Amino acid sequence: MLTAVITITAIALIAGVGLSFASRRLPSSDGDLVDQVNDLLPQTQCAQCGYPGCQPFAAAVVDGQAAINLCPPGGEDTVRRLADLLGRDVIPLAEPVTPAIAVIDEALCIGCTHCRFACPVDAIVGAHQLMHTIIESECTGCELCVAPCPVDCISMRPLG
Amino acid sequence: MSAPTYDLGTLHGGLRLPGRKTESTRHAILNMPIPSQLILPITQHVGDPAQPIVGIGERVLKGQLIAESEGSLGAPVHASSSGKVIAIEPWPVSRRYGDTAPCIVIECDGKDEAVKRADTPINFTQLEAPDVLQKILQGGIVGLGGAVFPTAQKLMQARTCEIDHLLLNGVECESYISCDDMLMRERAGEIISGAQILMHALQIDVCFVVVESDKPDAIRRLGDVLGEISDGRIILKQVPTIYPSGGEDQLVQLVTNREVPSGGLPSDVGCLVQNVGTAAAIHDWIIDNEPLISRVTTITGDGVANPINVRARVGTTIADIIEITGGYTEQARQLIIGGPMTGKSMITDRVPLVKATNCVLVLSETPSSGPELPCIRCGDCASVCPIQLLPQQLFWYACADDEKKMRDFGLMDCIECGCCDLVCPSHIPLTADFRVAKGRIRELADEKARAARARLRFEARNDRLERERTERESELAGQKASARKAGAAAIAEILKRKQKKSEDDE
Repeated sequence: MLTAVITITAIALIAGVGLSFASRRLPSSDGDLVDQVNDLLPQTQCAQCGYPGCQPFAAAVVDGQAAINLCPPGGEDTVRRLADLLGRDVIPLAEPVTPAIAVIDEALCIGCTHCRFACPVDAIVGAHQLMHTIIESECTGCELCVAPCPVDCISMRPLG
Repeated sequence: MSAPTYDLGTLHGGLRLPGRKTESTRHAILNMPIPSQLILPITQHVGDPAQPIVGIGERVLKGQLIAESEGSLGAPVHASSSGKVIAIEPWPVSRRYGDTAPCIVIECDGKDEAVKRADTPINFTQLEAPDVLQKILQGGIVGLGGAVFPTAQKLMQARTCEIDHLLLNGVECESYISCDDMLMRERAGEIISGAQILMHALQIDVCFVVVESDKPDAIRRLGDVLGEISDGRIILKQVPTIYPSGGEDQLVQLVTNREVPSGGLPSDVGCLVQNVGTAAAIHDWIIDNEPLISRVTTITGDGVANPINVRARVGTTIADIIEITGGYTEQARQLIIGGPMTGKSMITDRVPLVKATNCVLVLSETPSSGPELPCIRCGDCASVCPIQLLPQQLFWYACADDEKKMRDFGLMDCIECGCCDLVCPSHIPLTADFRVAKGRIRELADEKARAARARLRFEARNDRLERERTERESELAGQKASARKAGAAAIAEILKRKQKKSEDDE
C-alpha cells in the first residue's frame, strides 16, 4: 500500500517537474498558431476587425483578445474554420458584408493620389494629377480607399 | 478481316450499357445543306477564347480565319461557309459552364465560295515535325472526342515527353452515340492517313487503332484499309464493349496496361490518345486544305423522327439540323447535347453545333429513377468506379463539405462517368454532387491563391514603406550632420572674419 502511494507520488512529481520545465523552457507554439490562423484569413488587410491587418488580428485571436467572428470578408466559412482550428464555438458573423471590389469613376478622378496611399495591397495605379484606376484582379474589396477620396469617385461594386 | 484481340490490360469496374446505336447507324452519313445563318462561338475549345479578326458587315469566305487564337492555349475559328458577318454578340451555347457565349454570326450567301489555297497538296513527309504541328495549330483542330483540347498544343506537350504509343480512340462507349462508328465505316482511309500524319509529327512508330467489339463494320473497313496500305506500324486492336473504356486514361490502361498517375496525363506513361474524328480532321486540313469547319454528329433518341448521323457545318443550329432530318416526334420532351451519361440537358434548340458536339439526343421523358434515399453503404458504386475511388466515402465527405478529405480520397481524379449513379440502389445523384464539390474545391483553391497574393502584395508594400522611411531618415540624418558640420565651419569662418576685422581695426 505504502509502496504504491510512494511510487505514484514519485511518478507524479517527476512528471510535474518535467512538464513545468517544458512549458517554461521550450519555445511555445503560439507563433505557429498565429500563422495558422493568419492562413485562414482572407488577407484583405481591410482592418474591419479593428486591427491594422490580418496578421495582428490573428495574433489577437490567438491571444484571446479578439472574437473569431470579426472578419466580415471571410464570412461564415472563415468563422467555421477558425472555430475548428481553435476548438471554439461557431458564432454568427458580427457584421456580414457582400464581397465587392472598388471601382474608380475615372471621369471624376482628379489624381490626388490619396487612395493610392490608402490601398494596403498596392492595387491602385496612377500618378499625381493623372487619372487613377484599380487593378481589378488585385483588389481585395477592403474599402480603405473610399473614405480618403476628396471627390467621392470611388464606389464598391458587388461581385458575382 | 477481323482484328486480333491480344494482351489487353484490365480496367476496373465499368458497366455494360445498352448500346442503342443501331437506330442511328442504319443510314449513311447525311450531308447537311448550307444553313441560312451560322453561329460560331469564339470559344469552342479548352483555353483562352479566340479573338475575332473580322468586322460586322465584312464578307467572309468558306475556310477563312475569322477568330485567331491568343495566349498559350487555344485554337482559331474559321468560317464554315461564305457570307456576311452580321453580328458578334452573346448567343446561347451548349457549354458545360455558362449559358451564353460571344459568337460570330454569319449570314450565308449559299455560294459556299472557299478561300483560295495552294493547289498542290503538301507532302507532309517532307515537312519537319514542328512545321506539321504549326500547320495543325492553324487548322483550328481540337480533340473531337468531346474534350475539345487544342490538338496542336496536346502534340507539342507530348513531344516534350518520351512518347512511344499513339492511340487512335475509336471506342465510343456511351449509349446512343455512333458518329465515330459511322466515320470509321465511311472514312477509314482518311482516319488512317491522319494517323500517319500524327505519327510523323510525333516521330513515333507504333499506333494502335482501338475499336470496340460492337462495331464489326468499322473494324472490317479499317482492316481493309490497313491491308491495302500495308503500313506495319499501325495495328488494329479490338476491345470489349465496356463503359467508360473510351475515356483517355481508361483506354491507355486497357490497351497498354499502363496506369496514368493521379493528376497526370497519358504522356506521363508514354502514350498519346487522339480521337478517330480528330485524325480525319487532321487529314482534311493537311492533305485537303480544309480547316475544321464541319463534323459528324449523331441525331438520335426516341424524340426525333429519323435517328441518323449527319455531317454538318460548325455553327449550324441544332434546330435546323433536326428539322432537316425530319423533325421531332410528338413525345419529344428532353434535349441533351452529348451522351445520356455525360451530356448536358438544354432548354433551347437554338444553340449552334460546335466542334465538341458529338451527339444530339432527344428523349421522350426524363428518366426518373425514383426519390433519393439515404446511402446504405452497399459499396456497389466502388465496385463499378473505373478510377477505383470510393464514391460512398466521397459522398460522405461532400455532404460534410470536408475539402481535405475529398482531396485525400481522390475526388479530383473523378472523371464524372456516371457509373456510380446508375448502380446506386438509393438513387443518389453522386456524379452531380461530385461535380458541385469539385467546383467548390476549385473555388476554395482560387480563394486561397487570391489571399496568398494579397498577402504578398501587402507584405511587399509594408517592406517598401519601411524601406522608404529608413531611406528618408538616413537622408535626413545626413543632411542634419552636414548642416551641423557646415554650421560649425560657418561659425569658425565668421569668428575668423571678426577677428581679422578687429585686427584690421587695431
